[in-house]
Amino acid sequence: MLTRRIDRGADNGKPIYFRFNGKRYQGRQGDTLAAALLANGVDIVGRSFKYGRPRGIVGHGAEEPNAIVQISHGSQTVPNLRATQVELYEGLEANSVSGWPSVDFDIKGSLGLLGGLMPPGFYYKTFMGSKKIWEFSEPWIRKAAGLGRAPVEADPDVYDKLNQHCDVLVVGAGPAGLMAALEAARTGARVIIADEQNEFGGSLLAATQTLDGKPCREWVSQTITELSNFNNVELLPRSTVFGYYDHNFLAILERRTDHLGPVATTGVRQRLHRVRARQVVLATGAIERPLVFANNDVPGVMLASSVSTYVNRYGVAPGNKLVLFTTNDGAYQTAIDWHSAGREVVAVVDTRHNPKGEWVDYARKLGIDILDGYGVIEARGGKRVKAALVAPLNREGSAVTGPPQTLSCDLLASSGGWSPAIHLSSHTGAKPVWSDDVVGFLPGESKQKERSAGAANGTYSLLGCLQEGARAGAEAAQQAGFGTDTSQLPLPKFTELQEQPQQALFLVPHSKRTSRAPKQFVDFQLDVTAAGIELAAREGYESVEHVKRYTAMGFGTDQGKLGNINGMAILSKALGQGIPETGTTIFRPSYTPTTFGAIAGRDVKELFDPERYTAMHRWHVENGAAFENVGQWKRPWYFPKPGETMHDAVNRECLAVRNSVGILDASTLGKIDIQGPDAAEFITRIYTNAYLKLAPGKCRYGVMLKEDGMIFDDGVTACLGENHYLMFTTTGGAAGVLAWLELWQQTEWPELEVYFTSVTDHWTTATVTGPNARKVIEKVCQDVDLSNDSFKFMDWRDGTVADVKARIFRISFTGELSFEVNVPAHYGRYIWEKLIEAGREFDITPYGTETMHVLRAEKGFIIVGQDTDGSMTPQDMNMDWVVGKKKAFSFIGKRSLERSDTVRENRKQFVGLKPLNEKEVLPEGAQIVNDPNQAIPMDMQGHVTSSYYSANLGHSFALAVVKGGLNRMGEVVHCPLADGRNIAAEIVSSVFYDPKGDRQNV
Amino acid sequence: MKLPSAKARYSGLSLIKNALSYHENWQRAWRNPKPKTDYDVVIVGGGGHGLATAYYLAKEHGITNVAVVEKGYLGGGNTARNTTIIRSNYLWDEAAHLYELAMKLWEGLSQELNFNVMFSQRGVLNLGHNLQDMRDIERRVNANRLNGIDGEVLTPSQIKDIVPLLNTSPDCRYPVLGASWQPRGGTARHDAVAWGYARGADALGVDLIQQTEVTGIRRQNGTVIGVETTQGFIGARKVACVTAGNSGVMAAMAGLRLPLESRPLQALVSEPLKPCLDTVVMSNAVHGYISQSDKGDLVIGAGTDAYNGYGQRGSFHVIEHTLQAICELFPAFSRVRMNRQWGGIVDTCPDACPVISKTSVDGLYFNCGWGTGGFKATPGSGFVFADTVANDRPHPLAAPFSLDRFSSGALIDEHGAAGVAH
Amino acid sequence: MLEIYCPYCRETREEEEFSYSGEAHIARPPEPEAQSDEQWGDYLFFRKNPRGLHHEMWYHQTGCRRYFNVTRDTVSYQILESYPMGENPTVTTVANQTGDAR
Repeated sequence: MLTRRIDRGADNGKPIYFRFNGKRYQGRQGDTLAAALLANGVDIVGRSFKYGRPRGIVGHGAEEPNAIVQISHGSQTVPNLRATQVELYEGLEANSVSGWPSVDFDIKGSLGLLGGLMPPGFYYKTFMGSKKIWEFSEPWIRKAAGLGRAPVEADPDVYDKLNQHCDVLVVGAGPAGLMAALEAARTGARVIIADEQNEFGGSLLAATQTLDGKPCREWVSQTITELSNFNNVELLPRSTVFGYYDHNFLAILERRTDHLGPVATTGVRQRLHRVRARQVVLATGAIERPLVFANNDVPGVMLASSVSTYVNRYGVAPGNKLVLFTTNDGAYQTAIDWHSAGREVVAVVDTRHNPKGEWVDYARKLGIDILDGYGVIEARGGKRVKAALVAPLNREGSAVTGPPQTLSCDLLASSGGWSPAIHLSSHTGAKPVWSDDVVGFLPGESKQKERSAGAANGTYSLLGCLQEGARAGAEAAQQAGFGTDTSQLPLPKFTELQEQPQQALFLVPHSKRTSRAPKQFVDFQLDVTAAGIELAAREGYESVEHVKRYTAMGFGTDQGKLGNINGMAILSKALGQGIPETGTTIFRPSYTPTTFGAIAGRDVKELFDPERYTAMHRWHVENGAAFENVGQWKRPWYFPKPGETMHDAVNRECLAVRNSVGILDASTLGKIDIQGPDAAEFITRIYTNAYLKLAPGKCRYGVMLKEDGMIFDDGVTACLGENHYLMFTTTGGAAGVLAWLELWQQTEWPELEVYFTSVTDHWTTATVTGPNARKVIEKVCQDVDLSNDSFKFMDWRDGTVADVKARIFRISFTGELSFEVNVPAHYGRYIWEKLIEAGREFDITPYGTETMHVLRAEKGFIIVGQDTDGSMTPQDMNMDWVVGKKKAFSFIGKRSLERSDTVRENRKQFVGLKPLNEKEVLPEGAQIVNDPNQAIPMDMQGHVTSSYYSANLGHSFALAVVKGGLNRMGEVVHCPLADGRNIAAEIVSSVFYDPKGDRQNV
Repeated sequence: MKLPSAKARYSGLSLIKNALSYHENWQRAWRNPKPKTDYDVVIVGGGGHGLATAYYLAKEHGITNVAVVEKGYLGGGNTARNTTIIRSNYLWDEAAHLYELAMKLWEGLSQELNFNVMFSQRGVLNLGHNLQDMRDIERRVNANRLNGIDGEVLTPSQIKDIVPLLNTSPDCRYPVLGASWQPRGGTARHDAVAWGYARGADALGVDLIQQTEVTGIRRQNGTVIGVETTQGFIGARKVACVTAGNSGVMAAMAGLRLPLESRPLQALVSEPLKPCLDTVVMSNAVHGYISQSDKGDLVIGAGTDAYNGYGQRGSFHVIEHTLQAICELFPAFSRVRMNRQWGGIVDTCPDACPVISKTSVDGLYFNCGWGTGGFKATPGSGFVFADTVANDRPHPLAAPFSLDRFSSGALIDEHGAAGVAH
Repeated sequence: MLEIYCPYCRETREEEEFSYSGEAHIARPPEPEAQSDEQWGDYLFFRKNPRGLHHEMWYHQTGCRRYFNVTRDTVSYQILESYPMGENPTVTTVANQTGDAR
């Protein structure tokens, strides 16, 4: 027996070693894993999905359905790679993803009899006698399904993104793509040319022609050199253009280190190019169609072009005795290649009757037997093909017309013609068009700035590909604004045999009818057979999409690259209609599977979302703050002292504020600077209350509604001077409020002259609050009269705090005497430390958001988004006082407050709740009912929005919204909880502390 | 009522019998009839909701002179494009009752239809990543329980037990603080739902008319009399539109407007993997949702695109953001690969709740606006809509979803529970 | 992914710089109080949502922070024009589509 390696002398790659399914093998530099496996005589690489049939390598690229492997290296394992696309490297370890206990002996496969019980859709028809049966069966079905294993460790690798613009993007670096890139490059256009393979050249890499008297490979390397010399050209090998999106946006995945093996985790494993291309040339080639005959899945049955590729490109002969089964001239090349490699061609089995022409003559001249008007109706063999059963066919190829005979062989190559790779074109929404001449779907009318060239466009002759590529490159460049739209470069000189018409044949007849013949596979990975497709049609699943979904055809990792056209044609025949009427399913990205991590890029882990820090952040960290995420901000939540629980810390902080003084970093509040002669009018239209009479030096609290009347944001606005205001927003609402203001000014009231600038990041705010607040401020601020007479509650003053120009606001979210000191952000930490120093004698206590929440809740101040939820009006929140009823202008949201549902009594209203057991804290989110013993579903009255234990009050308390609550003071309601407890509480006023508001006015 | 006829019943036994005759004798799942000249009810739209409506009209109300007119193929719209999540843990009573009706119907659907819709109650987790998320989760779970809907609030360690690959470390950007857990939630095989209802409706006499586009709604004196189609006029006493993303276009044919915007909603699947995720995980704040199908694919839902669109395509950056979220939640999935992505067109309402309503045109009904949440409601939607059409008044559970809520202001704001922010 | 021309910046930029702001040319009723609940509900919630040409507002959020209008085909996603606030669209029917944006 001959070795599988063909000696290529100096071109033999150096040996490298790898493991497959635990066994050590030798391969050669330049091999794909598939080539190396074939060279080592590994026939079975996987088991089929449904029937567990042994499967071998069929193809040599993206179309491979069977050789799906897991590359195993711990956290760097990758599931479901195609062996045909894995470049071999020293120490590579790969495993089949199917087969139990092994691919050579598989339990599922040996239960072959059950195959008859598993027609398409069998699971829709059974496992449903009762719910229990399905619940029992499903886990087993799940276990039997799936291919590789997901990694279980975090991905150690890094992925990059590159945003690119180019004038011409050429997809595919075969003959058409290379010519297109050359032509476009020549005009000075910025060109990117990308190809999925590790080497440029496409079909030329396995071609035996000579171009300009030199081997193809030489012409390819010359062309690459020429392209590399242009500084306006970027060459991207190992780069898959996997999706074509709107407005000529294309996504390219470049694999940078996968071929090197598990390299150090520095470096970038893969890179996503996000490309806006002015013009695109799709030179993506074509994919050979296998012929569909009985047992066509036995290992050793391969695509004709793949056999040629292994022989010519990799120097591997995947067998000894070849039967070539074809419907066309092109595949004769495979017989010729096999013959040239010194192997036996048993016969060419050509379905055409009496084929003539240069190819047939050439093969005959070499002494190759041609059985014309014959078809291989069945492959024989278990784990490797042993023979081909051939029989004469009628002219249409629709029936067997004579007795079969057996041709002994160990390799059966088939070609049913080619299918243009129109995937990217159809991503754009272009509807593929069937061509009887090409026997395939061609790219449809272009929806983007692209054109297809070469085999992707149904042009299969080399000369045609080169010409079309050149033309497409010139045209694309010209439409991008370069050159003159005529190709100018000379094409290489060569001779090419002329092809005669092929026969369109999608299902090879068997002497038994399809339903009874041995399985004729259409989609190998998902075990879809011709009989299955006919059955689907018989059951009424007539749309091609129904068939696809009912049989799972095309749902594999190869996405039907091999099988779909055959399947559609078989369906068309079953329905008695043409292929154009049947149509094709729609291709979707990805062309080939794309790593999640590469699509995510760097925006994971700490970069998942930016973290925003205030100027005092490091002080908070140094002082042991626990942090809360508020939007993107990191805010101190509380400042625990050693040994303190959160509860302890919050109680301490709360008491400190009410009894002495506390300090809060309030810098995250949104701040919008508003200027212009119409600023007051504008703010009055936006807020529910009036601002026209707000004098410089004064502040006012306002509530903002959406036009539907629901509370959307709140905050204080200060009049800084004539026509100049500063609006505070909630921390989370800042960006939304700015967009909201801009929206109304720009789109509805452009006549109002008013300008908005976000100054959130320009200022930091330290809130000093508590009965001793004035004493603290006095120590660091001498140029402002801080007395209550001259600097009242809701005033603000310019002043100097610790030598820094500051704005001091007497506004209060705690209900205590408060000074909010605003300074330019870069003084933030300095001022913070100065204030703490000044407050030391009063034991000034830094506090976080939790204490802030407790203190404001004691006062019944709402937090928008916590106490409101987008369905609450100011009246619902017992804030009718903030609604200016006499305003001339119908402010935003006003009209909506008068709709029948918003004026309804019995709306949920904002109240306080006091648990009857004063130690019990109601959970926030607890639902409120009148009678906890009623049957489910219960009549819910509202829910708890905020709830705390108050160290100042000495009891727990809550805020809630309750149906008609404002008229229900003193009623006891109940909160039945998930843990079985029921907490009873009395409805009380939402203001628990200092109801008259004396403390903030001192 | 015989349904479907005993002869056509699917079972393990019927599989064996048919295997012996090489599967040559299976009956059609549904006929392919020519349209009659008129019907009592024409349902426009042969997706899951339309087919369910037809089925319940026939089964619950004995109205069998019904046609479902579908411009493409049955179940070819959002039924075929969604991520198949089923749950009923909605916040507001109105929505919760409707989705819980659907849940109860799901629980017996395979048996009722004699078609295995592969309803798999593997549970649904909604993760909380900040304190307000957790308040909202508590509020929703408490409301669910008092409404008779199963639900629990889980801690990160309980979550980790259910989903070992989930990153529950407190050190990540938005740590998982907890989750709501609805054990009865899960997934179903989306195509099978359409096919099961189609087969059931067909067996009861409903005509399923595919590849026929409705081009007009004919009215006389403010009353519907039928629909213009690419196969000619079809008379109807009542017309029920269940056309999801195309509802606005249908409404315009009758001179109506709807409070809808149609947006692309994208989804993607990985290559098939051995079982590694045994439940449905949804995260509103980090913004991704994911489950694993019986075939082994990770099924991942993205957000809606910002803009209106009918293109069944969306923008790539939405996919990027979604996979950032998935890699953040499941750092091990970073090396898994996207096999296919696609888009559907969802019709979104301002309050993220559907419209199930009579209209100002007599005999014309709309069921639309399901936004990103329609699949899970399919049986309930069909059930209450059939009742609404049959009796020409809203089913009690459908009443809150009438169009008049947009003038009264009685919106049902389910943005929090809808899963995808629109 | 869309590429949008901002008529203020006079540049074509990536969609990610912009945010969508809904149907354009919806004027706020000058006297909201004179509107019936139905009319007001119409203004608030009811949209054309056409299949085909759509005049819509975009906000150049991370650019010039200006709102502007865009005429876009909601099926092909092709943008036919961008124009400032206060102006009327020039492309109003499929027939007078003029090809490229600007």
